[in-house]
Amino acid sequence: MEEGKIVSQSLRESTAAYMIIQERFGSAVAPLDPNETMPFFEVTDSSRWVEIALFMRDNPKLKFNYMACLSGVDYPAEEKVGIVCNFQSLAMLNHTLAVKVKCDRNGGCIPSVSRVWHTANWHEREAYDLFGIIFTGHPELKRILCPDDWEGYPLRKDYKVQASYHGIKVPY
Amino acid sequence: MGLLDAAVTRHNVLVTSVDNVLNWARLSSLWPMGFGLACCAIEMMATNASNYDLERFGIFPRSSPRQSDLMIVAGTVTMKMAERVIRLYEQMPEPRYVLSMGSCSNCGGPYQDHGYHVLKGVDRVIPVDVYVPGCPPRPEALIGGLMKIQELIRMEQIGTSRAEALKRLAEKSVDPQFIIERERKAASV
Repeated sequence: MEEGKIVSQSLRESTAAYMIIQERFGSAVAPLDPNETMPFFEVTDSSRWVEIALFMRDNPKLKFNYMACLSGVDYPAEEKVGIVCNFQSLAMLNHTLAVKVKCDRNGGCIPSVSRVWHTANWHEREAYDLFGIIFTGHPELKRILCPDDWEGYPLRKDYKVQASYHGIKVPY
Repeated sequence: MGLLDAAVTRHNVLVTSVDNVLNWARLSSLWPMGFGLACCAIEMMATNASNYDLERFGIFPRSSPRQSDLMIVAGTVTMKMAERVIRLYEQMPEPRYVLSMGSCSNCGGPYQDHGYHVLKGVDRVIPVDVYVPGCPPRPEALIGGLMKIQELIRMEQIGTSRAEALKRLAEKSVDPQFIIERERKAASV
């Protein structure tokens, strides 16, 4: 962080939380983005994502007991898709942090954290449904919003809608 | 317009046609199917509830398509739901009526351009008799649509098709602008 810059209390807490994770996992996590809105870091080694998640949940100095959201993101320029998870330590340490995990756009996969936070179960299904991100170890990875036999992943930037669904014309 | 407007003799005898009696009976207990798809359903529920009290028209939601005369398609019809809507429509006994409520079920509404998952108008899968515009329509608008359905029933005769009744209804339609202007003038005085 730059010297002499005034930072808020919440950002200082988030940075402190990140430092604990960084100390434990070293190069598996990228440097923190210390923005005021939602400080985040990226998990560079996605195979250690579950391990990091468990550490974030159980470490007495972190206690991220609440996953507020898990969203999918498409990065067509990097040929990647990814997730953004927002965490809070609700009613315990009251700090927040966001985590990004990315994988290859075609055939890539991210380990599921649905056994760490149950919230992730349906959110991961949503990310799978709309972005086609495969979550390994998910107990029931199937579409949650679109019909089971829908073609394609609607929120990908290059998505083209199918011509018809069960004989009903889709595009207007 | 009701049956009791006709002259009744001293011996409580009322002379009318069978068509009139049947139509009067059907339009006075128009049972819609209690099913809603989105925010229009909230407005429909408000119309059913005490403030607007649809039951004064004999309109009372039924929980089974097999007991319903009318389907109010209240809300966004997704591709996933479209198949179910067809199934529900097919389960309704004839004669059956469909009222499309709100922009979404009329034409796709705000999803018309970018809603990959939305059916662009429920009339693409089932025949619609009356469209109620609005997003969502006010209870008054829905009641207007329901009265249009009642008018449609009144136009029907034994042995004639629905298309003929709809044609007759269209011929009988009045321009509401004149009435609106008249009411405004009366209110401003």
